[in-house]
Amino acid sequence: METKPSQKITKGAEFIIKDAKAEDIFIPEEFSEEQQMMEQACHDFMNTEIFPHVERIEKLEEGLMPSILKKAGDLGLLGVTAPEEYGGLSMNFNTSMLITSALGPSGSFSTTYGAHTGIGTLPILYYGTKEQKEKYLPKLISGEWPAAYCLTEPDAGSDANSGKTKAKLSEDGKYYSITGQKMWISNGGFAELFIVFAKIDDDENLTAFIVEKSFEGITMNDEEEKMGIKGSSTRQVFFTDCKVPVENMLYERGKGFKIAVNVLNIGRIKLAAAVQGASKNLMDTAINYSNERKQFGKSISSFGAIQTKLAKMAVKNYALESANYRAGNDIDNAVQELIESGMSKEEAKLKGVEEFAIESAIMKVHGSEVLDFTVDEGVQIYGGMGYSADAPMERAYRDARISRIYEGTNEINRMLAVGMVFKRAMKGSIDVMTPAMEVAKELTSIPTLSSSNDSDLFDKEKAVLKNLKKTLLMVAGKAAQKFGVNLNDEQEVLLNLADIMIETYVTESVLLRTEKLVLLKGDDFCKNRISAAKLYLVDAVEKISLAAKEAISYVAEGDEQKVMLMGLKRFTKYELPNIHLMRREIAQEMISNNKYCF
Amino acid sequence: MNILVCITHVPDTTTKIKFVDGKELDKNGVQFVIGPYDDYALARAVELKESLGAKVTVLNVGKQETEPTIRKALAIGADEAIRIDAEPSDAIFVAHQIAHIAKQNSYDLILMGRESSDYNGGLVHGMVGEMLGWPSVSPCMKLDLEGTNAKMQKEIEGGKELLEATLPLVAGCQEPIAEWKIPNMRGIMSARTKPLNVVEAISVEGAISYNSFDLPPERSSCKFFEVDQVDDLVNALKEEAKVL
Repeated sequence: METKPSQKITKGAEFIIKDAKAEDIFIPEEFSEEQQMMEQACHDFMNTEIFPHVERIEKLEEGLMPSILKKAGDLGLLGVTAPEEYGGLSMNFNTSMLITSALGPSGSFSTTYGAHTGIGTLPILYYGTKEQKEKYLPKLISGEWPAAYCLTEPDAGSDANSGKTKAKLSEDGKYYSITGQKMWISNGGFAELFIVFAKIDDDENLTAFIVEKSFEGITMNDEEEKMGIKGSSTRQVFFTDCKVPVENMLYERGKGFKIAVNVLNIGRIKLAAAVQGASKNLMDTAINYSNERKQFGKSISSFGAIQTKLAKMAVKNYALESANYRAGNDIDNAVQELIESGMSKEEAKLKGVEEFAIESAIMKVHGSEVLDFTVDEGVQIYGGMGYSADAPMERAYRDARISRIYEGTNEINRMLAVGMVFKRAMKGSIDVMTPAMEVAKELTSIPTLSSSNDSDLFDKEKAVLKNLKKTLLMVAGKAAQKFGVNLNDEQEVLLNLADIMIETYVTESVLLRTEKLVLLKGDDFCKNRISAAKLYLVDAVEKISLAAKEAISYVAEGDEQKVMLMGLKRFTKYELPNIHLMRREIAQEMISNNKYCF
Repeated sequence: MNILVCITHVPDTTTKIKFVDGKELDKNGVQFVIGPYDDYALARAVELKESLGAKVTVLNVGKQETEPTIRKALAIGADEAIRIDAEPSDAIFVAHQIAHIAKQNSYDLILMGRESSDYNGGLVHGMVGEMLGWPSVSPCMKLDLEGTNAKMQKEIEGGKELLEATLPLVAGCQEPIAEWKIPNMRGIMSARTKPLNVVEAISVEGAISYNSFDLPPERSSCKFFEVDQVDDLVNALKEEAKVL
C-alpha cells in the first residue's frame, strides 16, 4: 500500500505568497488501485447498507444507526488513520479524505460517521494516555461503542470556551463530578462514550474528559426535530454529578480548548471531503434525471438552460476536489516531515493539520458552499419533483444546509482563516509584508505592458492567478495598515479577504490539477477539464473583484481608493473565453456518459 | 478442499453502453467490475472457506487490464489468482481454458456465475462440466456441503428443484446462494501480497465471431389516458401501437 506522500512539502498558507507547481501537488487521479478499491467498497457499502434503508434511518429506527456503524467498523472504515495496534489501518490522511468523500452521499450516516470517527475518536487518539487508548480505541474503531462529542452548550456555540459545565474533584481525589448541559450532540442518542468539555472548579479554560454512558448522572432530551439529516441522532445531554474517574481526564487540565480546536481543524477538512462526495453524487442524480425527463418531446438535458446548470455544477465540483486533495496531501507531507524530524506519529499528525489549518477552514467553507450550489440547482433541474419528498433532491436539499453551520459556521471559519494568516505574519512564520509592500509599490509605479508568455498551457491563466494574489496582498495590506490590531473587529473586511483567499487557493488548485493531468493523459482527454479550469478562473476573478471592491470602499478613500481601484482593474483583467460554448461541451460529456465527468 | 471460482470482468451494470463504429465496446470511461453472478459464486466460496476451511483460487480469462478486478476478488477473500492471458473471445474458448487449468489441479468445486452480464451466454459452466466429465448445475441458488456430498437448490418453472451430487462438480451460481460481500479494508490492503499467476492460454479455435453491435432502439415516451378515454386508448392500441 502506497501511503507515503511523494510531493514537495509546502508550508500552510504559503500559496498566498508563492506559486506552487503542478508537480508539487497531488491530484485525485493519482490515487492507487487499492485506494480506488477502498472508495468503491464505500460505494458498495452505501448501496447495500444505507440507501435501501434510508426511510428507516430517517425515522431514527432504534438500533439501526449503531448497527450500520458497527458494519462500517467490520469493514475497517472507522479507523483509517489510526494505528494498527488499536485496530486501525495506519493509512495516510488523504486516504481518509477519500473514504470520507466516498461516504459523503450517505446523508445522515455521513454525519454519524464524521462525529464518531472525527470529534468522537480523535481526542483519545491524539491526546489520550497509553491506557486510555488501549481501553477505548479498539471499541471505537470496531464500532462496538459509538462516540459523541459534547462541547456546545446553550450559551456557548461559536464561543465554545465560554461553556458553563463544571467539574469538581471529589474529596478522596478519585473522581470528578461533572454537572452541566450540552446541546446539538451528534450521536447523543446511542453513544456509549462521550468526550465532554468542562471547567474544573473556577478554571478559565476547558478540560476534556472521557465519559462512559454507564457512568451515573447522564440524562438526555428527546431527539431534536431538525430540518435535515433527520436520521442522525442529535440530543441535549445533561450531566448531573456525573462521576468520572480522574484517570479519564484527557490530556492536561485547562487544555481542553486546544483539543477542541485541533480536532475541529481535522473535522473541517474532513467535512469538506464529505460534502464533496455528496455533491458529486447529486451531480450524477441530476444528470440522470435531466436525461430521463422529457419535455417538448425531448430530454431536458438537451436544453441550454439545463446544460449551463450542469456545467456550472461540474466546474465547481471539479475545482473543489482539486483543492481538497491538494490540501490533504500537503498535510500528509507535513506529517511525514515532522515524523522524520523525530516527532511522535500522533503529535506529527496534529501539527501537520495545524500547519494547514487555514486551508482546512478554506475547504470547509468552499466545500459546503459548492454542495449548497449543487443541491440548489439539483432541485431546480428536478423542477416540481425537486420539491417533492418522493424524489431524492428534497432530502438532499435539507441535509445539505447544516454543512454551512456545523464544524464552525462559514462566517467563523472565514474570519478564522484570515485571522490565522495575520497571526502567522505577525509571528514571522510567513512573510506577507514584503510582497504586500511590493504590490503597494507596484500600484504607484507605471504599469509594465509586458504580456505573459502564452505558449504553454495556462500561461495566461497563471498570470491572472499571480494578479489575484496581488489583489489579496493589496487589500489585506491596506486593511492591516488601517486597522492594525483592531482588524479583528472589522468582520465585513475579514469576510471579503476570506473570499479573495478562498477563490485564489481553489483557482490555483484547479489549474495545477489540470496541468498535471494533461501531462499524464494528454490534451484530448483533458479538453473539457482545461475548459473547466478556465471557467473556474473567470468565476473566481469576478467574485474576487467584487469582494475587493467592497473592502476597498471601506479601507481607502479619495486618491488612495482610486489608485487601489485602478490596481484592482489591472489585477482582475483576463481574456474572456467562450463561456457558453465551453459549458455546452462539458455538459455534453456528462449527458453522454449519464454521469459527472471529472 | 480446493475451490476454483471463475470470474468475468464486465462493465458495471449501470454503464451507458456505447460502441466504436458498431464493432466494439467503447471502453472509455467505463468502470469494470466482477460479473454480478460471479460475485455470488465468490461469496459462497469464501463462506465455505470460512465455515469448512478451503483454499479459494480465482480465475479470469483476460488481458492485463482485468487485474484490478481479479485483485478485488482477492480482497474479498480468495487466496490466490490465475489470469489466463487472452481475450475471452467466446464461451468455448473460455471453457477450454478453465478445463485445462482444472485438469492440472485437484479442485473439488468449480463455481462461477450462472452467466456473465456482458454477453449473457450462460454456457461456460455446462461446457466445463462436460469437458471434465463432472456434473454441472445451474442456476444454483443454494449449495451446502456434507463431506463430498453437495446439496443444491435450483429454480425451475413454478417451483424449485433439490439436487444432490458428489464432488467434484461445477455450479453456475446466482442469488441467494450467498450474501454478496464487500471487501473490507484489510482485505484490500492484503490483496496485492497474494499470488496472481499469469499463464498463457492454450490454443482453441473460436466458434463465434461478432459482425457488429447495435443499441436497442430508444423507448418512446409513455402515453397516459384518463379513465374515461377508453375509446382513445383502444384506438391508440390499434392505430399507433398496432397490437390489436
